[in-house]
Amino acid sequence: MAGTVLEVKVLSRRDRLKKILDIATPVILAIAVFIAISAVAALLITVVYQGAGRLSLNLILEYPSANPAEAGMRSAFLGSFWTVGLSALVSMPLGIATGLYLSEWSSWRRFRRFVEFNIANLAGVPSIIFGLVGLSLLTYGLGWGRSIIAGAFTLGIMTLPLVTVSAAEAVKTVPEALKHGAYALGATKLQVTRYIILPRSLPMMMTGAILAISRAIGEAAPILIISGLLFIRRDPVSIFDRFTVMPLQIFNWVSRPQVAFQELASAAIIVLLMLLLALNASAIAIRYRFQKRLVL
Amino acid sequence: MSSNIFFDPVFLKNLRRRQIKTTLVNILLLAASSISFISIVVIVGSLVLESSIFFGQVSITEFITGTEWTVLFTPKKFGVQPLLVATAITSLIALAVAMPVGLAVAIYLSEYASNRARKPIKSVIEVLAGIPTVVYGYFALYFISPNLLMPLIEGIGVHSALAVGLTIGVLIIPIVASLSEDAMYSVPEDFRQAAYSLGARKLDVVFRVVLPAALSGIFASIILAFTRAMGETMIAAIAGGFRVYYSWDPREAMQTMTAFIAQVATGDAPHGTIEYQSIFAVGLLLFLVTMAFNIVALYIVKRWQVRY
Amino acid sequence: MLTKRLAVQPEILRPSDGGAVIEVKNLAVKYGNKYAIKDINLKFERSQITAIIGPSGCGKSTFLRCLNRMNDLIPEAKVEGKVFYRGIDIYSDSVDPVAVRTVVGMVFQRPNPFPMSIFNNVSFGLKVNGVKFTKQEMYEKVKDALIKAALWDEVKDRLDAPAYSLSGGQQQRLCIARALAVDPDVILLDEPTVSLDPISTAKIEQLLRQICNEYTIIIVTHNMQQAARVSDYTAVMMPDEQMIGRLIEFGPTKEIFTNPRDKRTEDYISGRIG
Repeated sequence: MAGTVLEVKVLSRRDRLKKILDIATPVILAIAVFIAISAVAALLITVVYQGAGRLSLNLILEYPSANPAEAGMRSAFLGSFWTVGLSALVSMPLGIATGLYLSEWSSWRRFRRFVEFNIANLAGVPSIIFGLVGLSLLTYGLGWGRSIIAGAFTLGIMTLPLVTVSAAEAVKTVPEALKHGAYALGATKLQVTRYIILPRSLPMMMTGAILAISRAIGEAAPILIISGLLFIRRDPVSIFDRFTVMPLQIFNWVSRPQVAFQELASAAIIVLLMLLLALNASAIAIRYRFQKRLVL
Repeated sequence: MSSNIFFDPVFLKNLRRRQIKTTLVNILLLAASSISFISIVVIVGSLVLESSIFFGQVSITEFITGTEWTVLFTPKKFGVQPLLVATAITSLIALAVAMPVGLAVAIYLSEYASNRARKPIKSVIEVLAGIPTVVYGYFALYFISPNLLMPLIEGIGVHSALAVGLTIGVLIIPIVASLSEDAMYSVPEDFRQAAYSLGARKLDVVFRVVLPAALSGIFASIILAFTRAMGETMIAAIAGGFRVYYSWDPREAMQTMTAFIAQVATGDAPHGTIEYQSIFAVGLLLFLVTMAFNIVALYIVKRWQVRY
Repeated sequence: MLTKRLAVQPEILRPSDGGAVIEVKNLAVKYGNKYAIKDINLKFERSQITAIIGPSGCGKSTFLRCLNRMNDLIPEAKVEGKVFYRGIDIYSDSVDPVAVRTVVGMVFQRPNPFPMSIFNNVSFGLKVNGVKFTKQEMYEKVKDALIKAALWDEVKDRLDAPAYSLSGGQQQRLCIARALAVDPDVILLDEPTVSLDPISTAKIEQLLRQICNEYTIIIVTHNMQQAARVSDYTAVMMPDEQMIGRLIEFGPTKEIFTNPRDKRTEDYISGRIG
């Protein structure tokens, strides 16, 4: 009898500890979540605090200058526009085609797995490596120079996995009933793709494209390799022009010791973040608007 | 009543035309899908080709085992270890930050958070993932270093591996969090219910049932976060300084592999010189290491992911 | 696969009145390594409605899908045996499944109209078959199909309305109209009324009996009363001990229901099994 009482006593101590842990755990976890959220908050607050004063339209209209009071990032803004825009022309057709092939057209499982494996690996390659390859292959190998087109193709291949995965997912969400209904009427695969699959999956594919563009706009490392750090005071005229992009201009200004450039950098960051916010909002808006239309 | 359509010439001609179009498109899509494979080949090929110029002049042994890297100075030494160590240290520090926080966030979102709280928290984490790395670099240099590190730690300067590591850690939190949460989310509810019905507390259910079941996914997420940290350039370039320094002391300023590549590429080294070619050698090393880890992660997911 | 011109006189292959429209010989379907159905031998005559009954899961739908090569779309499925449409082996290398599906139409279990207008749904088959019709011809064909499907009066004023604005029963009749529009020879229906209310069910059964002279209709159903009401012939399928679906009886509907030869059929009809 005494043994049992002892056992009960020991058990209840361990049990009590467990009880405490059981209550403490969500609190500890919530603290961790709080840390993560405060990191974001600290980042955003620092940036806004430093840069809000320096925000002005001139930031986009003026060229960079040694005098921080007059400097703007016009050349970087246009450079980003052209480079990222062209990169979408590379990544979107390739990505959508690959996504379609993986989800509907391919009949060889092995090849499908192989492509998926390659896409997964491509997604894991550090962005600076893309810059190196672009430099070697496009800039010098093909002789495109350290130009917008070289940067565009580099970014295009870099964002290919993103577009591909979202396109493949988009095609998968088309209900089988719809596709089979079309096949049963004597439609070829191309016709089913054109009349049933694509109209249905296009919104999701657009979202994927916007995500890819968001990613590409923020990338500095590959462009740093391809283009270098430049002081550009003119608008781009051809795709073979030298160029710079917004993240690089920010990098440039961050590297300067003067406080005035620090403020400039924060202001530029605010512009970049607002641009990204607008892009993501439009992606959400597209998804929402087309979700409502679908009933089946 | 339709006559036998298999002999109707109009229909057959049409069908032939439709199928030719389909076949053509099939070839087109196949070609597009091959680009993924071709890209990998091209990446490996150019890195190897360009590095071969470097390794024509420098032995691989010296590269791997040497502890001095003075490529941009004279006398030139080509031991990559200082860069490797710098990359390793910053990435490990990053993991030390991202693993607990990311996992905690994942567990919280997957097992504890109310449905109402889940969406906003997830969105905030997504925001972390979407912020460009230059902004993180700015954050490291102008907030983390002066406000957090320098007041608290003796002997630390504005540039340090610690600043880089901590900031990269914040950057990769979403990778750990979101992939781990997916892994835990896909653990069937039946497992949890069974555990509860045996008298387990939530603590036990989460840490003894769900977490072990999701382990392969969590492990993979950690590896992927690690390789992401290794490949990070801008934060290292902004907050790590441009001094090549062999040290395991995180308070020191040291240049990582990626920061070195960035420095040379933006410098004046002409195409073809040993300085220029060295970035491809370092790049090849980085590529091989990250790809090896990534393949391991993919393999883990495939092999050990229990199909429910 | 591109269709080649068959070098046989059409008259020889086109059967005289009374020949089988579809003949199934030793049909079997495997999913991976496991057989789903096996040893199916059956003939379907012109202008007859044949019902295929049996408990759920015995492979009725799998069998139906063999008749218009829809199993081709399922990568794990392998079809063995032969299916002859008017004497032509539809699984031969020289036959394009797209051609088969143009003569053998299908209506599915749940209505699956396309996210388009009512008119465009019905005309879809005509559009993809590539034969050029004028707007007037197209309209006439759509109207014809909708009349046959007993839907015309309800939608004639709103042909441009989205198909989703129709009720479930109307949507299914729309799918029937869609299948009729391409002028098929055979119509396959896979439990077409299982998700519908009794009134819609009755409407569809009625329209099937009205159009059965022009087509050969094969309807899968697990509702025996429906089979008794609608069909001229009935085929009974049952799973054997290894859960492989087999054809255990086939004959005129009246005989199957009043005087079945196989004990299992009798058990199934009287509700003792299934």
